[in-house]
Amino acid sequence: MKKKPKTPYKEFLLQGNEAIVEGALRAGCRFFAGYPITPATEIAEAMSVKLPQVGGTYIQMEDEIASMAAVIGASLAGVKSMTATSGPGFSLMQENLGFAIMAEVPCVIVDAMRGGPSTGLPTSPSQSDVMQARWGTHGDHPIIALCPSTVRECYDLTIKAFNLSEKFRNPVIILVDEVVAHMREKITIFEDEEVEIFNRIKPNMPPEWYIPYVDTPSGVPPMANFGEGYRYHVTGLTHDIRGFPTSRPDEIDPFIRRLFRKISQHFSELQFGEFYETDDADITIIAYGCVARSAKRAAIDARQKGLKVGMLKLNTLWPFMRTAVEKVLNTSKIVIVPEMNMGQISREVKRVNKGSTKIFTINKVDGTIITPQEILARIKEVG
Amino acid sequence: MPEITKLIHKYLRHDKKFPHVWCPGCGIGIMLGALIRAIDRCGFTKDEIVLVSGIGCTGRLPVYVDFNTLHTTHGRALAFATGIKLANPKLKVIVVMGDGDAVAIGGNHFIHAARRNIDLTAIILNNSIYGMTGGQYSPTTPYGMKTTTSSYIHIEQAFNISELAVTAGAPFVGRGTVYHAKLLDSLMEKAFLKKGFAVVEVISHCHTQFGKLNKMGGAVEMMQWQKDHAVTVEKAATMSEEELKGKFKIGVLVDKELPVYLDEYEKIRQMAMSKKEK
Repeated sequence: MKKKPKTPYKEFLLQGNEAIVEGALRAGCRFFAGYPITPATEIAEAMSVKLPQVGGTYIQMEDEIASMAAVIGASLAGVKSMTATSGPGFSLMQENLGFAIMAEVPCVIVDAMRGGPSTGLPTSPSQSDVMQARWGTHGDHPIIALCPSTVRECYDLTIKAFNLSEKFRNPVIILVDEVVAHMREKITIFEDEEVEIFNRIKPNMPPEWYIPYVDTPSGVPPMANFGEGYRYHVTGLTHDIRGFPTSRPDEIDPFIRRLFRKISQHFSELQFGEFYETDDADITIIAYGCVARSAKRAAIDARQKGLKVGMLKLNTLWPFMRTAVEKVLNTSKIVIVPEMNMGQISREVKRVNKGSTKIFTINKVDGTIITPQEILARIKEVG
Repeated sequence: MPEITKLIHKYLRHDKKFPHVWCPGCGIGIMLGALIRAIDRCGFTKDEIVLVSGIGCTGRLPVYVDFNTLHTTHGRALAFATGIKLANPKLKVIVVMGDGDAVAIGGNHFIHAARRNIDLTAIILNNSIYGMTGGQYSPTTPYGMKTTTSSYIHIEQAFNISELAVTAGAPFVGRGTVYHAKLLDSLMEKAFLKKGFAVVEVISHCHTQFGKLNKMGGAVEMMQWQKDHAVTVEKAATMSEEELKGKFKIGVLVDKELPVYLDEYEKIRQMAMSKKEK
């Protein structure tokens, strides 16, 4: 039997969606706007109960377009905000997601992935929104997307998502699949747990000196909230450093490049994942979300059979964990990428593969999870 | 410089590169003047005002004035404003929209904002056409008119924005025109001071597109049309249905008390907190 830890703690049996809510509240989220959709509805329901308890606000909007708009509005007024949806609603949010990127408004969007396209499979899991998260909204843009595979990761990554959105003034997407969203696991939260909370950097100069979209060493300008005396203009049009619309090439180019640079120059801070027995692995499985759970089991079982199999779990999907993936591509002879889509991350793995590593995929799109047995079978087939 | 012009200059952003985008003779400038005068009379500070807009000619309005200003996506201004107001109830949130912005692409947000009764002011400039994109028909283009996308003839019925707002439950609805400038000033003032969702429909003209395509003349002739076709609510009460045919009412159409969202939500917070304590 495990020893009980000394510090006071609480144990919870939580669903992934509930853990996302707990993480959001811990991170300081005080506004939620959403629209009911399976399999994300539990997040809205829990928020409607918990937010008013802590002085926050829950509102159910008329659709996902309005939900995303309200979230941006609340964040501009200084309140950490989030929404949660699934594929069809996520499609509707793309318009204002682009606005949040353009106007550099921190916010968190949860997409509990179900099968698509269109209405698809409302109650079945999928991982087919990986590319929608990356390129769903129009125009060149940076994005951050995190992907939990356990209930505890739902909690931790939601806190991280808020911190990153506040730090980089960029929307952060949590891509959770239906399995992890609905699965229940025990999570232990210690009362003395140190949780890093990052709040947006505010201007410290007098309002008349404030330049809302000025470049800084980090690439992230300080952000004034509406009503704090820094009156400035926020627009979805391409704007100059003062926030006013511009069509001058010499102002457009540095602006778009800064949007990318503020993420790319902090690449190392955005890499979350796990190397499991990859150092000596001949075969490495690269997986994320619920599939990473099956992949780990497959690696353990393969090791017991004497096969040198490891796993790289990706918790950050965007920006793509190039360095970690290159590392396993350099050490493994074979890489297997199992996904519940037609190959959205495996294409990225192939893109960064500079050596002679063989890359195999498992693509399951029937609305059921990829099992450890299926991964093991593929290992035997290709190994 | 006359006092009234000085007042407007007090609220303009002088670091923004004028001239503005609007055509000479456009009614949006008159509406902006009324908006500024009403804000000044109500005594709001520049810091507490958030002016939100969508896309279109009217959508360009906030950039010129020295408030917290937000130029959002097409049709979504009210949804952004909802988030702002709920996050910081101390802010005075005013939304300006065009007819296409408010009741075509933003129609769903408009009726739900009216139903919800959050303390916001929605000012809708209705010029019966999409001006910025060059004169296509909008939901308020009257039956039988010509636009660049109804060059034969427009076969759809038009929305009556104010009636739509009344039906959707807005506790304050007023309608004015850019010709009746003084009435517009007072309607905006009343709307700003109203606790709850307040709508002001501003009948304006687009002589550049709508006037030209329908041979209605320039800005002056189109304002003359507003003068000839508008009937005050008080006068309309004395007229028969036959006499009112082809006319539209101006003035305060609805002013009633309804529970305001944020007051109600505060009750929810109290219930939630007492439940948590148990």
